[in-house]
Amino acid sequence: MISGLLTIEVVRALYVISAVLFILTLGGLSNQETSRKGNAYGITAMTIAIVATVLGPQVTGNYIALLLLILIGGSIGLLLSKKVQMTEMPELVAILHSLVGLAAVLVGIVNFLNPTQEYLGVELTIHLIEIYIGIFIGMVTFAGSIIAFGKLSGKVSGNPLVLPAKHYLNLLMLISIIYFGTIFVGSSSIDEGLIALGFMLTISLFFGIHLVASIGGADMPVVVSMLNSYSGWAASATGFMLSNDLLIVVGALVGSSGAILSYIMCRAMNRSFISVIAGGFGTETSSTPVEGQDQGEVQAINIEEFKSMITSSKKIAIIPGYGMAVAQAQFVVNEIISILKNKNIEVIFVIHPVAGRMPGHMNVLLAEAQIPYDIVYEMDEVNDDFEKIDLSIVIGANDIVNPSALEDPNSPIAGMPVIECWRGTSTVVMKRGMSTGYAGVENPLFFKENTKMLFGDAKESLSQVLTLNN
Amino acid sequence: MEIGVLKESKQQEKRVAITPKIVSKIKKLGHTVRVEKGLGLDANFYDSQYIEAGAEVLDADSVWTSDIILKINKPNDNDVSKLDNNKTLISFFSPAVNSDLLQSCAKDKINVLSMDSVPRISRAQKMDALSSMANIAGSRAVIEAAHNFGRFFGGQITAAGKIPPAKILIIGAGVAGLSAIGTASSLGAIVTAFDTRPEVKEQVESLGGQFLTVNLDEDGSSTDGYAKTMSKEFIDAEMALFKEQCKDVDIIITTALIPGKEAPKLITQEMLDVMKPGSVIVDLASQQGGNCVLCKRDEIVEYNGIKVIGYTDLPSRLPSQSSELYANNLYHILDELTPNNDGVVDINMDDDVIRGMTVVKDGEITFPPPKIEVSATPKVEEKKVEPKKEQIQKKSSILPGIIALSVLFLVGAFAPESFMNHFTVFVLSCFIGYMVIWNVTASLHTPLMSVTNAVSSIIIIGALTQVSSTDTVSLVLSGLAIFIASINIFGGFAVTKRMLGMFKK
Repeated sequence: MISGLLTIEVVRALYVISAVLFILTLGGLSNQETSRKGNAYGITAMTIAIVATVLGPQVTGNYIALLLLILIGGSIGLLLSKKVQMTEMPELVAILHSLVGLAAVLVGIVNFLNPTQEYLGVELTIHLIEIYIGIFIGMVTFAGSIIAFGKLSGKVSGNPLVLPAKHYLNLLMLISIIYFGTIFVGSSSIDEGLIALGFMLTISLFFGIHLVASIGGADMPVVVSMLNSYSGWAASATGFMLSNDLLIVVGALVGSSGAILSYIMCRAMNRSFISVIAGGFGTETSSTPVEGQDQGEVQAINIEEFKSMITSSKKIAIIPGYGMAVAQAQFVVNEIISILKNKNIEVIFVIHPVAGRMPGHMNVLLAEAQIPYDIVYEMDEVNDDFEKIDLSIVIGANDIVNPSALEDPNSPIAGMPVIECWRGTSTVVMKRGMSTGYAGVENPLFFKENTKMLFGDAKESLSQVLTLNN
Repeated sequence: MEIGVLKESKQQEKRVAITPKIVSKIKKLGHTVRVEKGLGLDANFYDSQYIEAGAEVLDADSVWTSDIILKINKPNDNDVSKLDNNKTLISFFSPAVNSDLLQSCAKDKINVLSMDSVPRISRAQKMDALSSMANIAGSRAVIEAAHNFGRFFGGQITAAGKIPPAKILIIGAGVAGLSAIGTASSLGAIVTAFDTRPEVKEQVESLGGQFLTVNLDEDGSSTDGYAKTMSKEFIDAEMALFKEQCKDVDIIITTALIPGKEAPKLITQEMLDVMKPGSVIVDLASQQGGNCVLCKRDEIVEYNGIKVIGYTDLPSRLPSQSSELYANNLYHILDELTPNNDGVVDINMDDDVIRGMTVVKDGEITFPPPKIEVSATPKVEEKKVEPKKEQIQKKSSILPGIIALSVLFLVGAFAPESFMNHFTVFVLSCFIGYMVIWNVTASLHTPLMSVTNAVSSIIIIGALTQVSSTDTVSLVLSGLAIFIASINIFGGFAVTKRMLGMFKK
C-alpha cells in the first residue's frame, strides 16, 4: 500500500532538494556561527533522501524489517556518539569510515547478484566496471580504516610497516586486481564473476591493510582524511553503478572534502601525498642530523619560577600538542586562563594544523574544555607576531615547534612550517623528559637561551600553578 | 660536606656569597652550611633567615674549619693562612695575574676553583658569575650615569617646554653592554650601541638600541666568546666614529675588555674636548685601566664639566641582587660537584666546566686549562629552507592536468550517453565540493570529517533500492548494509552535533 506512493519523478525531485541541502551542510561548516545549522541541514537532507527512497517505487516490501534495522543501527550509532571521548574522535571516525567501506562492498555485491536494470553491450561492460571499482574502493576503505583504527587506538603498532620491496608489492597487487577485473567483466556466468570478485576482495583487503600499515604515526592525520576521501569515492562509485545521481553528487562532495583535507595536512608537514603513502618518517632519511654537536644544556625551572614567569607576562601564547590531550590538561589550562583574565593577562592558543591526530582535532579538544574559540588561532595567524608575545608555553608538543625545520636543510622535517615561538621573549616547554617527537628529531628549541624546561606531568604541573595563583 | 661562608674581607664589599634561599637548596645536595655571624647584614639578609633556612650561624674561626669555603673576592694572604690543607676554596681568583697567590695555595694544598675561569660554553652559563655580575654592573652603570647627569633620560613635552631625551652611546654589547642598553632604553633614553661583532646587532635591537658599526669587512668574533683585537684600519675608523658620536651624545658607557690585557683606550683626550659639558662617562673597564684616558679607579674625575666615573664596585652597590645571582651561580657549581646529591664533592677533571675552573688541585697548579673551543658564535647561517616545497607544487600542477585531460577525452570517446550524464554530474560535484570545502575554517575540520562521514552513508540509498529483492542472499546482504549505514548516519550526525555544541565564544 505504501509502495509507489511517490513516482520516480517525485523521488528524483526530492533527491535534488536533498543534494542541495547536503551542499549547504558543508557550506555551513565554514564558520562556527553557521555550523550547527549546517549539521541540521545534513540531518534533513538524509531524512528526505531515505524517506523518498522508501516511499518510491523501488522499495516494495519488508518495511518493518527495514525500520527495525535502521532503528537498531541508529541506536548503536547514537550510543557510540554519546560514549566517545573527544581524544578518541580519530578512532571513531576511522571505524565509521570502515562501515561506509563495508556497506559499499555489500551494495556492490548485491547489485551484481541482482541487477536492478537490464544492460546490454558497452553499457553492460561499463556497469560491470562500475561494480568492480565500487567494491574495490569499498574494500580498501574498509581494510585501511580498520588498520587506522588499530593504530590510533594503540592496538596496532604505530611504526610504519616496512616490507621488502613494498612498492613492487603494491604494484603487483594492483596489476592482479586489474587482471581479475578483466576476468570479471568477461565472465559469462554469475558464479564465474563471483570467483573473480572473491580473489579481488582478498587482494584488496591486503592492499588496504598494507597501504595504511606502512604509514608512520606522524602521518595519521593524512591517513584519516585520505580514508574520509575514499569513503566518499566509494559512495560515488556506488552511485554510478546504480545510476543514482544523488549518490554520485554526495560521494563526490565527501571525496573532494577528504582530498582537500589530506592536501592541507600534507602541506602542513611539507610532504607530498605520494611520499606520505610511500612510507613514514625516518624510513627514507638518515637520522643523524646533529650528531657530535654541542647542543648546550637545557635550563630547567621549577613551578614557582614558572608561576612568576606567567604573572610577569602581558601576553601569553599556549602551544598545545597531542600530549596535552593525553594528559587531559586542557581543563586545567582553561581554569588558569580565567584566573589570568582577571589579572589582565592576555592568553591565546596557537594551533599547528597537525597538532592532533586528525585535522582540527586540537580545536575540538580545546572546545571540549570550554576554551572560547575566538582566542584559538591558527599557526599562520600568529607566526609573524611572536615578537609581541612575552611567554609561549609549549604543552606536550615537540616537532611542531622545532626550529631545525627552518634552519637545518638536512633535518628530516626540513621545510615543514612550524610555530616560531622562539622569536618571542621567552618559552617554557612542559615535557615529561628529553625524548624526541614522532619524527625522532632532536629539538634545538630546548637548548635556546630563552627557552626554559619544566619537566613533569603537564596536568600535575598546571594544577600546581593553579593553587599557587589562588 | 661542611660548607662555610664568611664575610668578605675586602673593604666596602656589601655582597655575600650565599643567601638564605640558596642555603636550603644546598642542603638538598647533602651538605651542611655554616655561616659567619652577621654575614648578610649589608645585603639585607639576617642571621635569623639563615637559621630558618637550615644553616648554622657560628663565629668566624669555626667557619674557617669547614671543608669548602665560598667567597666572592679573591682571598688575601691572611685568608690563605686560615685555610688548612685539603680544603677547597671557591671564589673569584683571576689566576692569570695572581701567580703568587696561586703558588701559595698550591703549597698549602688548598684546592681552588676560580669563578672567573668558568669556560664560556652554553652548558656553563648558569655558573658564569662574571656574566651575572656584568649584567648588574651594566644596569647599575646607567643608574650611576643618571644620578650624575643633570637632566631627564626620557623626553617629555610639558607646559613649561619640550625636554629632549638623553642620548646614550654604549661601547661593547657584551653582557654588561646589553644590560645597560635595556636599562637605558627603558628609562626613555635614545640608545646607540657599538660592537666589533656584527652578530650582536639583533640583540642590541631587541633591547631597543640602535646598532652602530664601522663599514669595514672585519669580524671581531672569536672562538672563546670574547671580542678579539682588531686591525689598525678598523681601529682608526672606529675612533673616527666615536669622535663623531662624542659631539652628539650626553652619556657614554664603555665596556670594552679584552681578557688578560689592559683595556683599550677608546675615549681619547680629543674626544673629551668635543663633548658637551654636563656629559657623563661611565667606564666599566676601570678595573683594567679604563677605556677612557682620564678614568681613575673608584673615583669620579671631572674635566670641563664632564664626569668620568670609574667605579669598580658596581655589583656591590646592588648587594641583595648580586648576592642572589652569585649564590645561584655557586649553587649550580655545587650541584655539578655533587653529582649524587649525597654531600660528597668530586672535583671531576674530566668535566670541561670543572676542569676549566679548577686552578689548584692536590697541591698542583692546573692553570691554564687545555683549550676548549666554544660554540657560542658558530657560523650558522640561517637559511630558510623553502625551495623544497615549491618543487613539489610545481611538479604536481602540470602532470595531473594532462592526465585529467586525456582521461576526459578517453571517456568521451568510448562511453555511452547515459554514462556521460552521470559523469558530468560527478565532475561538477567534485568542483562544488572543492569550492565549498576551502571555505571551511580549519578549527572545524574534525566536525567536517564526522559530518562527511555521516553524509557518505548516503550509500544506504543503494541498499534500500535493493531490499525488496526476492533473492535471500541479496536481501540479507542489503539488510546488513542498511544496518551498518544506519550506525554511521546516526552516529556521525550525533557526534558532530555534540562537538559543535562545545564550540563557544
